[in-house]
Amino acid sequence: MKAKTFAHGIHPPEFKDFTAEKAIESLPPPEKVMIPLLQHFGKPAKPLVQKGDQVNLGQKIGEGQTLFSASVHSSVSGKVISVDYYNHPGGSPIPAVSITNDGQDHPFSDKEETKDPFSFSPEEIRQKVKEAGVVGMGGAAFPTAVKLSPPKDKPIETIIINGCECEPLLTSDYRLMLEAPEDILRGAELARIATGAKRIIVGIEDNKKKAFEIFQDKIQDFSGEIALLKTKYPQGAEKNLIYALLRREVPTGGLPFDVGVVVQNAGTAKAIWDAVSRGKPLYERVISVSGQGIMEPKNILVRIGTPFKNVVEFCGGLKENADILIMGGPMMGIVQWSLDVPVVKGTSGILAWAAPRPSLEYACIRCGRCVENCPMTLVPTQLAKYVKFDDLTAAEKWGVLDCVECGCCQYMCPSKIPLVHWMRVGKNRIITLKQKKSA
Amino acid sequence: MTNNTFILQSSPHFKDKDSVPKIMYTVIASLAPVVAASLYFFRFKALALLLSCIVTCLVTEALFLWLRKKPLHSLRDGSAVITGILLAMTLPPSLSLEFAIIGAVVATTIGKQVFGGLGYNIFNPALVGRAFLQTAFPVAMTTWIPPAALKIQTATFATPLGNLRFQDAIAEGTLTPLKDLFTGNVGGCLGETSAFALILGALFLLSRRVIDWRIPLGILLSLTAFTGSFWLANPEKYASPLFHILAGGFLIGAFFMATDMVTSPIIPRGTWIYALGIGIVIGLIRLFGGFAEGVMYSILFMNAFVPLLNRYTRPRIFGERSKG
Repeated sequence: MKAKTFAHGIHPPEFKDFTAEKAIESLPPPEKVMIPLLQHFGKPAKPLVQKGDQVNLGQKIGEGQTLFSASVHSSVSGKVISVDYYNHPGGSPIPAVSITNDGQDHPFSDKEETKDPFSFSPEEIRQKVKEAGVVGMGGAAFPTAVKLSPPKDKPIETIIINGCECEPLLTSDYRLMLEAPEDILRGAELARIATGAKRIIVGIEDNKKKAFEIFQDKIQDFSGEIALLKTKYPQGAEKNLIYALLRREVPTGGLPFDVGVVVQNAGTAKAIWDAVSRGKPLYERVISVSGQGIMEPKNILVRIGTPFKNVVEFCGGLKENADILIMGGPMMGIVQWSLDVPVVKGTSGILAWAAPRPSLEYACIRCGRCVENCPMTLVPTQLAKYVKFDDLTAAEKWGVLDCVECGCCQYMCPSKIPLVHWMRVGKNRIITLKQKKSA
Repeated sequence: MTNNTFILQSSPHFKDKDSVPKIMYTVIASLAPVVAASLYFFRFKALALLLSCIVTCLVTEALFLWLRKKPLHSLRDGSAVITGILLAMTLPPSLSLEFAIIGAVVATTIGKQVFGGLGYNIFNPALVGRAFLQTAFPVAMTTWIPPAALKIQTATFATPLGNLRFQDAIAEGTLTPLKDLFTGNVGGCLGETSAFALILGALFLLSRRVIDWRIPLGILLSLTAFTGSFWLANPEKYASPLFHILAGGFLIGAFFMATDMVTSPIIPRGTWIYALGIGIVIGLIRLFGGFAEGVMYSILFMNAFVPLLNRYTRPRIFGERSKG
């Protein structure tokens, strides 16, 4: 089978060997968890508990306010010690519920689901997914229930399960694909039922041949197929993945719905299955702890709200020279200033290494590498200039809002210009201006 | 647990190892065969011109950086050395050194620093220097000597293109054989004579992906189409496209001058227009212009369009619906 792919993109070093062959281990629940009430962009959830309350494992402690706000659940049983602002891996402090763990893991509900999960109606599936606070596990943490509710006028034809994990170092999805392939496919089947799609396609990069073979075997029981994709960054970016598999372009400013597609990350598919079949809320996830700066890199199952410190200690701690700490992948992850931040639903990895000294920034020599590698076919250097000189009209016309911040341009830039930074500045300014106008 | 402190930066956190100085030094390395050929064919004259150009470019650049209160470390980026080498390679071997020094000063100041230094200039600096010399000292710039390896003692000697254009070489039957053009055993500027050395360097640049293949290919295609159609119509009067490709400054221009990143377009569609334009202008000048050679002016001419090309060739954004 010939591996499918999209145009442009880059080949950063993978470094997946640190953890690719390491089976998922469970991190013992910590003594204290801090669960942020907001774990994605949008509005924070409304707290349902207050200081002094006793909560159980999986109990809903924050209610999603709007469509784009997911509920959050307790990841331990114990006592609420505060509901207040706390460090958040996104950067700025966010209201969070802090709970001391009584070590009992009293389940909130122990009613067993007796009905066959595949006999649920689309609405029931969506409801259960929403109730369980499931969000996209790839990083952006978009509420999954929204993704399972296509508008009436946009029929969905295909569910794509994203098993690319194109970010270097990360292997959490890969391990899940090896260790729980049935759950992923069952979750995909539920997503198919919920959206009324006809078929499932699982896209796997060709550096994960083992997972590919397992899935080819397991897919027999489902109405779907497995597609091999070229190992290239950002193969797992939604729009590029859809193009690679179906040769369809999501229109600018549009959603995969517009081309009859819903994309779910492999980890999310498993979370959907857990939510619908067992009513299990999303209170834990698999993350890769990796990089040269980690003593013993591992894939671990972690309760949401666990401080990074506990996670890193479980992996032998940091090496002395480790001076960069990242949540997510090396291409799109967010740097952390402290280990005192909680794991959130979108934490796909915790990485650390000794960062090279920052290189000098040169003027753009117009080599065109950013243009040649942009998966959205933008002209990053030109956009950066427009933003720098505050020509936002030109920046918008040249597509700054279409930038997915994958970082290919900046990775390739020989002048070491912080191109992605300028894209973000441009996007923020334009969006703020628009909000002001509409207000 | 150690008390690590962490660096804060925005993503991406991985970066390619390539950098501006690395690119510049790759270009310098790619010029080694050409420089070697010029030293072989023109001996001490080549060495003297080469050194005076490089040193003058570096000194002028340093002076300007100091005047502009800029850090001197950008001297090390290698771009001034490239300008020096490229300028030297486009000079006639018999040129006296003071002219070369004037050319190098003009190249660095008017060609580069007045615009703000590396990355901001519109025209290829080496060609700006050469164009200035060509205009200011036309006789010195068009006096040619035979290469040392030919072992002929004449005061002057025509270049293959000059021979073709002004001495009716085809009718006289004195057109330079293609074999000599290929090895470089002909008259001409220091670095333009040996097609073999130029192609060697060009292949190196292409393999390291330092230059955009579209530029030499585009120039080649349009020059071949242009000169080829005249040649097919009247081979008695016009030389073949192969002759035009191997003779004069075509190869050094197409692979080392027109491909200068700073002064060529950044968007592929613009790059094609730029390259095709250069080929046609070369053909126009060589066949109908007042000069035997047109590579320099055609590149400078198309350099002028680069900002416009960059502005008007916005690529279709992924997912953008075509209008209408």
